[in-house]
Amino acid sequence: MSDGEGARFITEQKLDTSHKAILYLEDLNVSFDGFKAINNLSLYIDKGELRCIIGPNGAGKTTMMDIITGKTKPDSGQAWFGQTIDLLKMTEPEIANAGIGRKFQKPTVFESHTVAENLELAMHGNKSVWYSLKAKLTGTQQFLIDDTLRTIGLTEHYYRPAGALSHGQKQWLEIGMLLVQEPHLMLVDEPVAGMTHQEMDRTAELLVSLAGERSVVVVEHDMEFVRSIADKVTVLHQGSVLAEGSMDEVQNDPRVIEVYLGE
Amino acid sequence: MLLTILRNDRGGQIMLSVLLATLIAVPLLNLLVPAGNPLHVPTYLVTLMGKYLTYALLAIAVDLVWGYLGILSLGHGAFFALGGYAMGMYLMRQIGDRGVYGNPDLPDFMVFLNWKELPWFWYGFDMFWFAMIMVILVPGVLAFLFGWLAFRSRVTGVYLSIMTQALTYALLLAFFRNEMGFGGNNGLTDFKDILGFSLQADGTRIALFIASGIAVIAGYLLCRYIINSKLGRVVVAIRDAESRTRFVGYKVENYKVWVFTVSAMLAGIAGALYVPQVGIINPGEFSPLNSIEIVIWVAIGGRATLYGAVLGAILVNYSKTVFTGLMPESWLFMLGALFVLVTLYLPQGLAGIVNQFKARRSSKQVTA
Ligand SMILES: Nc1ncnc2c1ncn2[C@@H]1O[C@H](COP(=O)(O)OP(=O)(O)OP(=O)(O)O)[C@@H](O)[C@H]1O
Ligand SMILES: [Mg+2]
Repeated sequence: MSDGEGARFITEQKLDTSHKAILYLEDLNVSFDGFKAINNLSLYIDKGELRCIIGPNGAGKTTMMDIITGKTKPDSGQAWFGQTIDLLKMTEPEIANAGIGRKFQKPTVFESHTVAENLELAMHGNKSVWYSLKAKLTGTQQFLIDDTLRTIGLTEHYYRPAGALSHGQKQWLEIGMLLVQEPHLMLVDEPVAGMTHQEMDRTAELLVSLAGERSVVVVEHDMEFVRSIADKVTVLHQGSVLAEGSMDEVQNDPRVIEVYLGE
Repeated sequence: MLLTILRNDRGGQIMLSVLLATLIAVPLLNLLVPAGNPLHVPTYLVTLMGKYLTYALLAIAVDLVWGYLGILSLGHGAFFALGGYAMGMYLMRQIGDRGVYGNPDLPDFMVFLNWKELPWFWYGFDMFWFAMIMVILVPGVLAFLFGWLAFRSRVTGVYLSIMTQALTYALLLAFFRNEMGFGGNNGLTDFKDILGFSLQADGTRIALFIASGIAVIAGYLLCRYIINSKLGRVVVAIRDAESRTRFVGYKVENYKVWVFTVSAMLAGIAGALYVPQVGIINPGEFSPLNSIEIVIWVAIGGRATLYGAVLGAILVNYSKTVFTGLMPESWLFMLGALFVLVTLYLPQGLAGIVNQFKARRSSKQVTA
């Protein structure tokens, strides 16, 4: 079971961000049974940027992430990771291994595995079958797990099955899984749903600290939260970009106000 | 090594200990205790137990793909039968010129069909080592090809189960045909000896019984080793959240094909041990119903425990032997009823009772 041609291509292919941008989405279109969920969407994310994406329900935010991570294939358009990696030609695992990590809107963890095992499974590294058969946690990997558990505040739940965690704790675990993956680009779909105010502050702090070295794209409905972390905000509406700019610019944009009030 | 594999596996430790004790005691009770003594184990019983053990190995193979990987294979009877046919072909070649027609080059059924020479795919089966490689290789290659096609197209759930049924049914039809060169309807039988030892001899039968027991132990340890490894954790992750596993970077198809192939190879070995003990292999072994029965053994024993599969296979087949003796027509209804009852009241099978008991005890310890 060797890796497919595509995968070998990718591992040799290094992420090239020499033109500043890490993600290029151009003229994407997706329709579900005639309904246009994504409509001529173009969006660029810079290396090291923290970008917030807002928009009413059904604006296409999650669908956009589905395209980037290979879950949904668009009807037309382009999606590039850096200068050289064509995301539309790759499968989900190939994209993940190329360095794009994702936290889902509905927290999805491996319920019958322990918290620590969830992190072990998500951790970056060789993920081929034969390698997994022999794989043992190295000291560095164990350290990364312990360290991440401390960051997400789940140290005392090390041996607990993930299915037994509360909703908020699952959110944290998923963020932890994203961290150990050490991706170049993190896509974070609604990270603070179900969190307390304190937890929200901690999440904000964490996401801000991650940006710079990595690029982070956050989708969130909670405006207060967005305001606390946002540098640049993109507003999606009916599958395309409605406005882009700082939080203040966007919030004062008459088109944005109309969309949000019209709801 | 052994101890680390079985660490935290209480059920496996118990099951393997009992099995080991049986493997030592049964031959002694057969050979050393004189017939007529109530403790004597007659040879036919040794062989019957040997047959149950081959079923146990088959059930372990099914539990690996169904219990842990979540693929409900209703075609494992085919891999078992293919392993059985590979062994049967070796046993046929061992007959040599002692067949009814006395032809030194051709098995009886080929002489009967007026064939003049041995078909190419029978070449090499006069050599034991070659036949043993085929026992593993043929089911393995078939499972690999089938899995590669099905899993890459992301066929899952009921559709996959139906495809596995179709696979075994197609083989059933093919092996029924005389032109296929595997003895058609009658299959392969009238075996004389294996590696020069008569299949009727007590010693040979005891050796086959012990070999079956060792195969169960080795198969169990192999599967437990796989499940304990990181590969095993990925496999369970695929069962619980397949698409999530893809998004953290695992090529789910490759894992599925790998496990499916390993499982088919184990089933092939089980089939190869089965045939010399029952003395015949015919296309009936490909019957879709057989494959469904295996799944029922595992469900009754308890999925995703491995030792539950062993327990289920032995208990159900023991009951089958008893009840088909008493009321031959009613067995399938009984099996169906048993399956329904277990699904309703013991969703984790017989192994689940043990676990419930353990859980209750440990919760008592906590409160104490
Ligand atoms: N697989 C699908 N089949 C059919 N329609 C879909 C599918 N996925 C998404 N849609 C539709 O596409 C539109 C965009 O959905 P999407 O989930 O991307 O919105 P969103 O911006 O993430 O909304 P929310 O804020 O509620 O999460 C919605 O109208 C949704 O019903
Ligand atoms: Mg969404």
